[in-house]
Amino acid sequence: MATASPETRPAIANIRSAFAAHRINLVDVGIWVVAIGAYFVVPTYLSLGTTVLIMILFTLSLDLAVGYGGIDTLGQGAFYGVGGYAAAFWALNVTGEPISGLVVGALVAGLLGLVTGPIILRTRGLTLIMITLAITSMLHEFAVTAKSVTGGDDGLTGYHILPVLGLFHFDIYFRTAYFYCLAVLAVAFVVARIVVNSPFGLTVRGIRENPVRMRLLGVRTRNRLIGLFTLSGAMAGVAGALTAQVTGLIGVDTLTFLVSGNALIGLILGGFGRLYGAFLGAALFYIFSDRAAAINPFHWLLGLGILLILSVRFMPNGLTGLPEQLHLFRGKQGSGLDRSGP
Amino acid sequence: MGDFLSTWLALTFNGIAFGMILFLISSGLTVTLGVMRLVNLSHCGFAMIGGYIAMAAVDYLGFGLLASIPVAIVGTMLIAAVIERTLFQWTYGITELGQILMTFGLTLVMVAMCNILFGPLLHALPVPHWLTGNFQGGGIVISVYRCFLIVISGLIAIGIWYVVERTDFGARLRASVDNPRMARCAGINVRQIFSLTFTVGCGLAAVGGVLGTQMLPLEPYYALDYLILTLIVVATGGLGSLQGSFYAALLIGVIDTWGRYILPAGGGFVMYAIVLAILLARPQGLFARA
Repeated sequence: MATASPETRPAIANIRSAFAAHRINLVDVGIWVVAIGAYFVVPTYLSLGTTVLIMILFTLSLDLAVGYGGIDTLGQGAFYGVGGYAAAFWALNVTGEPISGLVVGALVAGLLGLVTGPIILRTRGLTLIMITLAITSMLHEFAVTAKSVTGGDDGLTGYHILPVLGLFHFDIYFRTAYFYCLAVLAVAFVVARIVVNSPFGLTVRGIRENPVRMRLLGVRTRNRLIGLFTLSGAMAGVAGALTAQVTGLIGVDTLTFLVSGNALIGLILGGFGRLYGAFLGAALFYIFSDRAAAINPFHWLLGLGILLILSVRFMPNGLTGLPEQLHLFRGKQGSGLDRSGP
Repeated sequence: MGDFLSTWLALTFNGIAFGMILFLISSGLTVTLGVMRLVNLSHCGFAMIGGYIAMAAVDYLGFGLLASIPVAIVGTMLIAAVIERTLFQWTYGITELGQILMTFGLTLVMVAMCNILFGPLLHALPVPHWLTGNFQGGGIVISVYRCFLIVISGLIAIGIWYVVERTDFGARLRASVDNPRMARCAGINVRQIFSLTFTVGCGLAAVGGVLGTQMLPLEPYYALDYLILTLIVVATGGLGSLQGSFYAALLIGVIDTWGRYILPAGGGFVMYAIVLAILLARPQGLFARA
């Protein structure tokens, strides 16, 4: 009885990896060292760096819905845009205090998730995709039309954001903005990590794998998914609010499906359902697209299309999934795209 | 009162013409989605390719609009057949999300290629002299070209109906849509039927792309701009239902034209709201075979 039999060994490995998910490992340290290091190594690119941090946060929120919940939404841009507009509206009409603006962005976007979630999650597959697209398009048309609230095609601008915590002024070099976004991203990451490893996160992953079985086990699958969808929406709202505060402008282009499309591309490059996939994928995608678009946008589009096709085909688990895919490590199960459909 | 009525009649007429073009473009897509459960975001790209091939035929070979249609159909079907035999083989058997991403990638390639080959400007194909002008009568002004469009699209729709409902091939296709496994058991080569239908569907999209340039002008982002509209037609009509797509396309064409007249600033808001309501009431679409 002293040694585990060969059959129980995988079970023990599973338990170990379950606990490992809660510990801080080398990857955690590495990512944040890179993020802080970037500030000192390439100080002239802090504007791009800030955008990348915000998009990582947005992609992370998409990973919660798509990667963990299996909700194939193309409407994540709706939360991003609504969060941004809410924060800009707050700064224009109430106060320029940034953190309260983030909270407002999160609340409004979360509320949108809570209201649309029950409607969207009644459906699956193509209908779900279409409904998320239709909701995003409606909000876009509304933002263009309701000029008194949203500024129409010009967007909302001309508000002043007060110093963070009354101490750190926003400057034109994006120094404060960079650390402000990094801090928000760190908080969001910790929240996301706690949630996906909590019992709630585990049931959500179970629903992704087999919704019928989870329902038979007595899980209220719809409520869990709505909860996840709301959280993911609130996080996307924070990303939108950050954009509005840092750039001083929020426009109707935030409410198009291309915003969601770009984040999805970042996610497939990095890897679904593994949090750090969002970091790696979004960082690579936005840095490359910024550089390449400066050279020739259409050649970049061609390269991007080919890259997308090839990565779905040959790298369904993304860059962070490559080691597992190549059998370098064993243990943790991936959540690739190669699950055969019904 | 007479003015009011004639305005609405003219609007409805334009809406029907628009809906007919939508139907041509989306008819292939509904079969792709219905038979193979393949979420194909690149379908609109084939309409764009058809349009550009016709434009090349008009510009470089001196063809007229009507003569360029067969060229566009054959060219698009060749390209579609090659892509179906190669790239699309990868998309069968992966999740819907994977299909979305892969066909989205293909769309981006199409957009980039069309821009490199034809430039970023807006193009509309020249309408033959005898199709320009308007019919006038009873205070109603109707464009001759739109009449022509409705007649041609109507003939094509009747042709599709005949093939699907009255021929042996149509019977196999319907069997494959309704129950692919059972159809395979009955000795129908579902994969082959799908390849054929996919290719023909892309040819139909090309016709829509060529004829519709007055309403949907050619530009490299065509494939993305009208993508959502065609997907909406298919989802509202019910996957795999050609009849459903036909009615949905007319409905959306008319509603969108009316909506833009009632609320000019609102753009497509009315249409999206109604589509949302339809999808919520009937997630399977209006004419789904349950």
